[in-house]
Amino acid sequence: MSVVILVDEFDGKVARSTGELATFAARIGDVTAVLFDENLLPQLSEFCIDKVIVVSDANRNSPAEVAQVLSQIVKEKSPKAILVTSTITGKEIAARTAIRTNSGIITDAIDLASDLTTTQSIFGGALIVKARVQSSCAIIAIRSNSVDIDVTKSSPGIERFSGSISESLERVLSVEMAAKGNRPELTEATIVVSGGAGTKGDFGPLEEFADSLGAAVGASRAATDAGWYPHSSQVGQTGKTVRPQLYVAVGISGAIQHRAGMQTSKLIIAVNTDADAPIFDIADFGVVGDLFSVIPQATAAIKAKKP
Amino acid sequence: MKIAVCVKQVPDSWVEKKMDGQVIDRLGVDAVLNDLDEYAIEEALRIVEANSPTGSAGSESGHEISLICMGPERATEALRKGLSMGADNAILISDPSLAGSDSLATSLVLAKVIASGNFDLVMCGTESTDARMSVIPAMLAERLGWAQLTHVHKLDIDVSKSYAQGVRSTEIGIENISADFPVVVSVPDKINVPRYPTFKGIMGSKKKPLIIKTLDEIGFAAETVGMLAPWTAVNDVIPRPPKSKGIKIVDTGNGGNELVAFLEEQRVI
Ligand SMILES: Cc1cc2nc3c(=O)[nH]c(=O)nc-3n(C[C@H](O)[C@H](O)[C@H](O)COP(=O)(O)OP(=O)(O)OC[C@H]3O[C@@H](n4cnc5c(N)ncnc54)[C@H](O)[C@@H]3O)c2cc1C
Ligand SMILES: Nc1ncnc2c1ncn2[C@@H]1O[C@H](COP(=O)(O)O)[C@@H](O)[C@H]1O
Repeated sequence: MSVVILVDEFDGKVARSTGELATFAARIGDVTAVLFDENLLPQLSEFCIDKVIVVSDANRNSPAEVAQVLSQIVKEKSPKAILVTSTITGKEIAARTAIRTNSGIITDAIDLASDLTTTQSIFGGALIVKARVQSSCAIIAIRSNSVDIDVTKSSPGIERFSGSISESLERVLSVEMAAKGNRPELTEATIVVSGGAGTKGDFGPLEEFADSLGAAVGASRAATDAGWYPHSSQVGQTGKTVRPQLYVAVGISGAIQHRAGMQTSKLIIAVNTDADAPIFDIADFGVVGDLFSVIPQATAAIKAKKP
Repeated sequence: MKIAVCVKQVPDSWVEKKMDGQVIDRLGVDAVLNDLDEYAIEEALRIVEANSPTGSAGSESGHEISLICMGPERATEALRKGLSMGADNAILISDPSLAGSDSLATSLVLAKVIASGNFDLVMCGTESTDARMSVIPAMLAERLGWAQLTHVHKLDIDVSKSYAQGVRSTEIGIENISADFPVVVSVPDKINVPRYPTFKGIMGSKKKPLIIKTLDEIGFAAETVGMLAPWTAVNDVIPRPPKSKGIKIVDTGNGGNELVAFLEEQRVI
């Protein structure tokens, strides 16, 4: 019984989330990874993967094209499930594969059991839903940061994808890669520090604090709308969903749309001058105070602890 | 040009949502037009206005905006709101056998209606605030065999060339993409600021055509309804165990240090 995972990559590197997909897939059966960029093959041996299907066409990676590959694999190999990372593109690939194979689909799963039961956290974490796809193949999109990666090394067998892919109907005119910077990627970071309207546009102290923790920097929509931070850093309903070990909300009131993107973080800290800010309702540790004194003091304390 | 805007009625996202057994309780709370769909309607109106001899939408513009919704009969309220913003007509597919349907069924029904309508563009929100799957637009493109320009926060339409170009932002970065009609577009809230319906718009909406159709009436024979049975089953819905009340301190000059002490206690550092 096999499970197919789609290798997620960014900027020439296999994304951490691929290791998570492999870890979940291994709970169910043999793990077959589908890889578009052959150059990344050596990186896959870090994870528990039994077989790799190489498509050898790194450029044919639009949702429509990837879905053609995955649905042909479903037809040939009858896997129990296809697992992808629950990103914007991952969900579109899942959606199209579900249509092509007439399979049930679940997105934004945060856990997957050996009997294919998924766990989702909905309405900003207020409800936990356990569900299961009924069709013979389940298409499941899983959020990153959902499981500790099984780092059992493997030397997967290699197979080449032989089907044909018809070109998708959209033309990509240009791509401006997200600035990598020196900070971890928002959705993969174990610590996220986010700033809101309370920063009044000065993210400096917050960035220094984030760097002392090795954290990613996020922002509320008030901060991205004001142009203080890029839209790609927005956390929330219409931004990114993050689930780090620690989320620090600085000068953020905690509107329901913001909470929808961070409420399931394992530990939440809030710094806000307003003792009645709703963010305190979900914070494990809250400081009622001015971020411009609290945050620099915290940064200094962390730095003092490091040799 | 003919534009279809897919709109959904959802529970108001500002109020606490409840579950009625295994499904979202849609009757016990206020229902509203999915807020992201307002941005889709607004964008459709702007496209028409930019290409209308009079500068306004409506029959004299030479273009047509149709709202399409699948949902219970009360979803007519959401459609009226869209009509009062300026859309020309609306169709609601409502059928008892659609209750509890999943994204496969929803996309099948919407695609069927769209395919019979001769549309150039289909506009959607990037997600519905209740399901939050963000899958319907891609599913529609797949079912219809159309191009998709999804998550575009900037959209340029050249009606004379039947051409659409958009800028989208994803995890990878910022992409500039284009496609020829027909296209499925989905828009996030960054794209525009939706207008409020005017008094005239609200009065006028009452006279605009709003038709409700059953599955039979859109050409799904009763026996194919089985195809619409959901492929996913919810086994359990558990309210999150209440979070143990957090610690809240007031900064009296030592707040930053106390914060770091908490991090140490939690073994974060
Ligand atoms: C359709 C829709 C989608 C949305 N999607 C998102 C989304 O994805 N993400 C998102 O974040 N929002 C989203 N919003 C917006 C959301 O409703 C809020 O408006 C937004 O989150 C507010 O951002 P904020 O908390 O930074 O600003 P505010 O609500 O203005 O809060 C600023 C906070 O900073 C505090 N403060 C001020 N000065 C200081 C100081 N010196 N030190 C410490 N604290 C200080 C204030 O007490 C206040 O609590 C959406 C809204 C809509 C309608
Ligand atoms: N029942 C429905 N009727 C009409 N349009 C819908 C329906 N469900 C979803 N949509 C459209 O698809 C978009 C994305 O929804 P979803 O995939 O459910 O997150 C929405 O913003 C709507 O434009």
